[in-house]
Amino acid sequence: MTTSNGGAADTSSIQDQSTSLKVLDWSLYYGASQALKSISLDIPQRKVTAFIGPSGCGKSTLLRCFNRMNDLIDDVSVDGHILLEGQDIHAPEVNVAQLRRRVGMVFQRPNPFPKSIFENVAYGLRIQGGVPRGELEDRVEWSLKMAALWDEVKDRLKESALGLSGGQQQRLVIARAVAVQPSVLLLDEPASALDPISTLKIEELIHQLKDNYTIVIVTHNMQQAARVSDLTAFLYLGELIEFAATEQIFTNPSKKRTEDYITGRYG
Amino acid sequence: MATRKTSGLRSWLRSGEPWVWMNAAAVGTSILAVIGLVGLIAWNGLAHFWPHAIVQLETGTADNPVILLGELVDTDTTERLQYEEATGDGALPEAQTTVTRVLLKTGNRRTAPPDFRWVYDHRINRISQPVDAIVIERTEWGNAYGFLESVRDGDRTVTGVKAQEALARAIDFAEELRENIRDLQQAELQRVNAGIEALRLEDRRIALSDRSPTDKQSAHADVAQRRAALEATYATLERELREHINRFQGHEITLRRADGETEVIPLANIVRTWQPNAMSLAGKLGHYLSSVWLFLSEDPREANTEGGIFPALFGTVMMVLLMSLLVTPFGVIAAIYLREYAHQGAFVRLIRIAVNNLAGVPSIVYGVFGLGFFVYFVGAGIDQLLFPEALPAPTFGTPGLLWASLTLALLTVPVVVVSTEEGLTRIPRSVREGSLALGATKAETLFRVILPMASPAILTGVILAVARAAGEVAPLMLVGVVKLAPTLPVDGLFPFLHLDRKFMHLGFHIYDVGFQSPNVEAARPLVYATTLLLLTIILLLNLTAILLRNRLEQRYRGVEG
Ligand SMILES: Nc1ncnc2c1ncn2[C@@H]1O[C@H](COP(=O)(O)OP(=O)(O)OP(=O)(O)O)[C@@H](O)[C@H]1O
Ligand SMILES: [Mg+2]
Repeated sequence: MTTSNGGAADTSSIQDQSTSLKVLDWSLYYGASQALKSISLDIPQRKVTAFIGPSGCGKSTLLRCFNRMNDLIDDVSVDGHILLEGQDIHAPEVNVAQLRRRVGMVFQRPNPFPKSIFENVAYGLRIQGGVPRGELEDRVEWSLKMAALWDEVKDRLKESALGLSGGQQQRLVIARAVAVQPSVLLLDEPASALDPISTLKIEELIHQLKDNYTIVIVTHNMQQAARVSDLTAFLYLGELIEFAATEQIFTNPSKKRTEDYITGRYG
Repeated sequence: MATRKTSGLRSWLRSGEPWVWMNAAAVGTSILAVIGLVGLIAWNGLAHFWPHAIVQLETGTADNPVILLGELVDTDTTERLQYEEATGDGALPEAQTTVTRVLLKTGNRRTAPPDFRWVYDHRINRISQPVDAIVIERTEWGNAYGFLESVRDGDRTVTGVKAQEALARAIDFAEELRENIRDLQQAELQRVNAGIEALRLEDRRIALSDRSPTDKQSAHADVAQRRAALEATYATLERELREHINRFQGHEITLRRADGETEVIPLANIVRTWQPNAMSLAGKLGHYLSSVWLFLSEDPREANTEGGIFPALFGTVMMVLLMSLLVTPFGVIAAIYLREYAHQGAFVRLIRIAVNNLAGVPSIVYGVFGLGFFVYFVGAGIDQLLFPEALPAPTFGTPGLLWASLTLALLTVPVVVVSTEEGLTRIPRSVREGSLALGATKAETLFRVILPMASPAILTGVILAVARAAGEVAPLMLVGVVKLAPTLPVDGLFPFLHLDRKFMHLGFHIYDVGFQSPNVEAARPLVYATTLLLLTIILLLNLTAILLRNRLEQRYRGVEG
């Protein structure tokens, strides 16, 4: 309870910016075990927000709440509210498929479809329908360029996506998520399977996307969090310990646990 | 020393090597059994079409000689004692302990029966292979064996050396004529007949309808008029047909049998002739291939013991294809519901157990169900609704192709359900989530991602279903298979595919030819040949499906796990 209040208080400095995702007193249970404990935080528009914390602390779980991916898991119960641009995403009139078009997601492990590279990227657009063939090609090219993959695959768009390397697959699923032009992009450890050069490309991509998208990224890499994010949230055992501007978290954390984690004393 | 020996044995036992040997032996035995079985069937079935040499056996006594002409079919050996008890013959040489006899197919069933004879080896005085011996395959009464005496074409009679050429010409003439007749019968006459039958039904439909009496009268008159026109056409066609048949008159060949008598065989009855003893190897090979082709492409004759098996082949393939078309969507939809939509509770578990157990129900039970439910209930209902004018003659309320396919689809649906479900569970959750996260609904995800990925598993199910259905006979006898179907289920008459017709099936054909035919000896090679064909069909159907599945699997390889 106290922590969530603290988290909300720490964001006061950026309260003036318009909020994209507003989390209010949010709890989530897998069966009887509580994975998220009364979390409140405001994720601002067109900024990069990073979630850090030790493994199993609930980063992915929280991320998956934003596009209601947890709906698919049996035996999950939730409490509280999450507002996307002022609208409660759990309201009965919300169409989940449409919500997911607005809130795109890249998963912890790359999960391309067993289709061609082109079809993978075009998938979301085809589902939406109404995109003419010529525009489809342009959008696929644009998305692949955004994900820094175009040069590597432009000659083999018809080939199966499963033939790509792990890092290429990761960039492919990023391109796939970008293609539908969501307003929020959730990235769950997008660089965990990548070499330093690809990682750098992804980070550049995040910088670029920031101008138009709200980005939430989960990462175990402190340097990465420090490099790419504007705000950082530190979670620990399902609680939000601290949420503040990245600079502040990394130079002057207000909680001892945050400091311990960042300086590598655990996690 | 002794202890070391036992410990050696024990360590050998422990090493697991005996286990490997046992496994290898079991696998080897199974493979040998399969090869032996297929080999036996293939040898017996394929040898039948070879133009065997004709032998002439001279037996009997000096003042009462018996000369036999025919093909050697079989030999066997009996004990002396059995022989003596059976024949009462006590004149065997002292040293002889066994007696050998040969089975000769002498043909000429009508004029010199029987057509198969056992002859004891020691009673044969002379064996020869006369070069000019001829076999005549007939549409009736089986083969005839003898020597060509003369050929009469029209009013000319040709004898001697010229007779050969005349025979070849006569056969060509007969073939052409028969083709004309068949065209006339199958295309024209059948069409007119179907038209007349349709008009009869229309007449009844008018009578049954609730139109005003005057209205009915004019409608009846109209039907009668059209019918008269058709009947006139029919009469013309029939006359034409008779003319064709009459052209056979005066065409016949005379055969001299081995016993010296002559026999006249009308050309109309002759399918083909050959002289195996005069044939070169290439000639025999050609004859062999044409025999196989005739077997595959012709209708059966003589209570199925002669001719081809085309209708049975066609019926089997048709039924299996129809069954696959029915079982695939049904099984896939059921599996999707069970796996993707139904709440995974006790009830669904119960259904799954029930589905699995269905696979163990004896197939005849499905036949009874098909008869009771599909034929007598659904079929009769359809007749009431759609074909009231034909009643009391049933249209769909009688066994037929549709009901047979449906019954087999029901029989094989558990296989498809189980393997589709397996395929669906193997698809990783991450792929589904990937699709849903892009804004696809559950149904879109299912159709665009899940089902394509599950298609190899679905095809595996269909393969197993086809393998099972193609070999099933028992339930079919109740719901649509007959010994002899007058028409194929597909023809040139609207609606082209006749789901209500009865059909022939290779499995039932084997049973019928082998065990229900009046001429067991003549039928035996056909049983093997038909069995071989059934095996080949199943193999081909499976092979097609397996190739298709492998291609799909290649496409989706690397996603699983
Ligand atoms: N489907 C599930 N059912 C039950 N418990 C779950 C499920 N998914 C996650 N959990 C539990 O919820 C907690 C949070 O998991 P989550 O995946 O959010 O962690 P994370 O912070 O993303 O960890 P990591 O950094 O290793 O990815 C963990 O204790 C995990 O065991
Ligand atoms: Mg995680």
